[in-house]
Amino acid sequence: MKFPTLIFSLACIAAGLSGCGRPSEPTIRLGLNVELSGEMPSVGASSKNGAQLYVDKINEAGGLEVGGVKYKIELASRDNGAKADQAAAIAQRLISQENVLMMIGPNSSACAIPAAEIAESLQCVMIAPWSTNPKTTQNVTTGKPKEYVFRGCFTDVFQAEALAKFARNDLKISRAAILYDVASEAPNGQANLFKTTFERFGGKVTALETYTTGDRDFSAQLTKIRASEPEVLFLPAYYNDVPLVAQQARRQGITIPFLGSDAWSSPEIIKLGGQDLAGSYFCNHYSTEIGLPEAKAFVEAYTAKFGQAPNDLAALAYDSLGLACESIRSARKLDRKAVRDALSKIPKYEGVTGLFHFDEGNPDPVKSACILQIKDGKFSWVANVNP
Amino acid sequence: MEYFAQQFINAVQLGSIYALIALGYAMVYGVLSMINFAHGDVFMLGAFACLLLTRWVTPPFPVVLVAAMGATAIVGILIERLAYRPLRGAPKASAIITALSCGLVIQNTTLSLSPYPQPMPAILANTTHQVAGVSISSIQIEIIVISIGLMVGLDLLIRRTFFGISMRAISFDHTSVPLMGVPVNRIISLTFAIGAALGGAAGLLYGLAYPVVGATMGMLVGWKAFVAAVVGGIGNIRGAVLGGFILGLVEIMSVAVLPSTYRDLIAYSLLLVILIFKPYGLLGSAPNQKV
Amino acid sequence: MASYQKFNGFAAAGRWFLPALLALGFGFAFLNQGHPMLNPYAEFILVALGINIILCMSLNLVNGYMGEFSVGHAGFMGIGAYASAVVSVKLLGGGAAVVGGFPMAVLAGGMAAAVTGLLLALLSFKTRGDYLAIITFAFLMIVKSGFENMGYVGGPRGLLGIAKLTTLPWTLFWVAATLWAHRNLLYSKFGRAVIAIREDELAANSMGVRTREAKIIAFVVSSFFGGIAGALFAHQLQFINPSSFDIVKSTEILVMVYLGGVGSLGGSIIGAVIFTFLSQALAPLGSWRMVAMPMILLVLMLFRPRGIMGLKELRCFLPLREVLIRVKP
Repeated sequence: MKFPTLIFSLACIAAGLSGCGRPSEPTIRLGLNVELSGEMPSVGASSKNGAQLYVDKINEAGGLEVGGVKYKIELASRDNGAKADQAAAIAQRLISQENVLMMIGPNSSACAIPAAEIAESLQCVMIAPWSTNPKTTQNVTTGKPKEYVFRGCFTDVFQAEALAKFARNDLKISRAAILYDVASEAPNGQANLFKTTFERFGGKVTALETYTTGDRDFSAQLTKIRASEPEVLFLPAYYNDVPLVAQQARRQGITIPFLGSDAWSSPEIIKLGGQDLAGSYFCNHYSTEIGLPEAKAFVEAYTAKFGQAPNDLAALAYDSLGLACESIRSARKLDRKAVRDALSKIPKYEGVTGLFHFDEGNPDPVKSACILQIKDGKFSWVANVNP
Repeated sequence: MEYFAQQFINAVQLGSIYALIALGYAMVYGVLSMINFAHGDVFMLGAFACLLLTRWVTPPFPVVLVAAMGATAIVGILIERLAYRPLRGAPKASAIITALSCGLVIQNTTLSLSPYPQPMPAILANTTHQVAGVSISSIQIEIIVISIGLMVGLDLLIRRTFFGISMRAISFDHTSVPLMGVPVNRIISLTFAIGAALGGAAGLLYGLAYPVVGATMGMLVGWKAFVAAVVGGIGNIRGAVLGGFILGLVEIMSVAVLPSTYRDLIAYSLLLVILIFKPYGLLGSAPNQKV
Repeated sequence: MASYQKFNGFAAAGRWFLPALLALGFGFAFLNQGHPMLNPYAEFILVALGINIILCMSLNLVNGYMGEFSVGHAGFMGIGAYASAVVSVKLLGGGAAVVGGFPMAVLAGGMAAAVTGLLLALLSFKTRGDYLAIITFAFLMIVKSGFENMGYVGGPRGLLGIAKLTTLPWTLFWVAATLWAHRNLLYSKFGRAVIAIREDELAANSMGVRTREAKIIAFVVSSFFGGIAGALFAHQLQFINPSSFDIVKSTEILVMVYLGGVGSLGGSIIGAVIFTFLSQALAPLGSWRMVAMPMILLVLMLFRPRGIMGLKELRCFLPLREVLIRVKP
């Protein structure tokens, strides 16, 4: 019985030690609940990079000033493996065990929703940088918005409307086909919202096809879509699926343009998709062409540090950290309730993804979206959609 | 009509890749009666080997294919030596768990080193041909041809060479074979090497067909190919090929005819039904049990 | 009186240990409910641990004691989770409102899973070994795909709004129930039949052992408790979606079983404990955690292929009769 006891005690010691470590100078600990392993590690990696960049910026300038004292920011990043139960466990751990002042993340809606439940019940502020599912900030039983959970981006409802309006009014399209990942939270929601909104504006959805996460072969679905003769194909997929679909579609002789969601906005998509995506449109949180000096500086700093251009995840994480720090600064004290109140009252925050402001009682920010087009190997801005 | 012809071509292409992977499973099961769960990740390594090879230079396609197969063969031998050989006497389930752990280690190491999906370089030119209203791409044709070529090669190897005969002998009765002068350990290593090489080739071809590779691509495809191998009759080389094509056909055709959300449901239910009626697979036979 | 029935002081000495431990556990759990002494994170982890113990023990029944290789356990967990969630959300309108609502929901989850377990048992009559592994895998994929297509339970978006009813006392209760059920089953005639199936099914059959009944009971019990664990899981997380019950989850449960030891109740507990704590303790490693954990299992398999506890058992779990047989007076 010695061997098992040894292993068990080692495990306990490790568990205990993991909670220790108190730094000497005044520090504010912020939690980052992200997907570093599992099915979307690039989501977590980008998010962490963006967040870390902001934290480093603040720390290099001497720290965050709260009520006259300068604090260093410590970012505790924890991996939720893109799984709902792990995301919940990490949220618990960050809030109760590691006593973070605020939590940023998770990104994917499937993880953000359970984490949001926990943050709300433990009354710790959570900012979901990327989750567009309306349910993340909603209290399911009462139907009212949550108090402690905020969002750093627009919701799927707004996005679907923006895209449907653009397709009907600007592109003058009346027939659209949709292909989406049935097993994935966000694309599923976006696909269905787009369908209802597009039909509400008088369009017709000619084909509604699905695949499941991890699939690579869409030839069967695309053949069906081609047969239904749409004018555009709505593809609310993550940027690693889109190039495959585009390529297979082009190979089958489907020449219509594609329409995408905010999940497309990683510059990787151009590298992976190439010519097949030329002429396609998508809805995004921001455009590098907006030209705010803050945004330009961010892009330069990110590229210099991490060797590749930032994607929407990095930018949104950067802004979420910015929102967090701004709320702490204006709260003037390190108290979760005070920080929450300060965040809900921020009149205007200029982030790299655009202008934010929160209306009292609404945890979803008032933000505009832009429609971008993939042209000449890069994203070019086409239109702005305001709420 | 064209619609179904198009879908049929899609099915053959997908099926040939599944068949190549299923072969690796069948070979290892044949000699060791063990399911090599690390095979799916060896498949993934084939695609990544190609990425590594083409990072700085662009060698011609045959060179890349041979190099990728060689690299994965070495990985296969390593896995066999480090993880399976010590467990030859242990209960089979433990060996399976070891295989599973090996696979997870490979997958997650690759994931940690490269979390972002990578584009596959286009080392094979891709042109689309229109034949009687059906679009076929040159890559599809090349994949089908190469897969069939490898399968035929394997069949010849099994039936005409000393190695092949030894392999079949070991799968038939592994206790008396060493007494006949057959170097069992070497044959087993070679079996793993060839199985892994086929898996690596499949990975490379898969990467060419669907040019975005990520470290998790091995897991799901690996399990599916395993199911295909079992449906065909595990341990049976021809069964594995048959199973692979059936799976490809079922997956594509269920989407062709029914709403695509039901694809997994249909495919797996059908496989379940096949197994209920033919519990040892289509080409397999009930093993003789001695009491 | 036969000699083995005479009171053996030494053998019976440790009999108080398990009941005392359980009593202590319940006392602490109830006290914690009233005056929270534990950090909510610690409580969360303990509940997760309880769920893992139930999963591990129930899978051990089929994989460890009966020698099959089932990878479909996450499917039973999923069925239990969804069934109980549907009962508590849709039928009882929030569960907490009705007295006895939670136990009803949990039992519903267990029963639903048990019915599917019966199905699997019937399928297992014709196939064995690796073919059964495939059938269980196909079953898992069918269950997952089934839930993704069922709009009634939210499809792939999952089911929200489950009340947080899984508390530490309830978890402990179900862990104790699982332990009790498994222990009593395994040290009875049925248990011997199960082990006989593992060792040599054909021989057992020829000797008159009722293998079919044993298989049915084993699968049904195993899936029942898998469903219970799923129900507790649903009411802890308050949100379930099909991707929580995939092959990765099944693999995790398998890892726990083989880590702790096949064919051992104590082993199931040890496996679940080590796995749960290691998952949390290694969290700072980020994605390298998923390299470290299988690596540890790999090394363990090389040295102890049957897991830490192998086929051995902790004394406190054995019924008195067994202890008396094994310990010389």
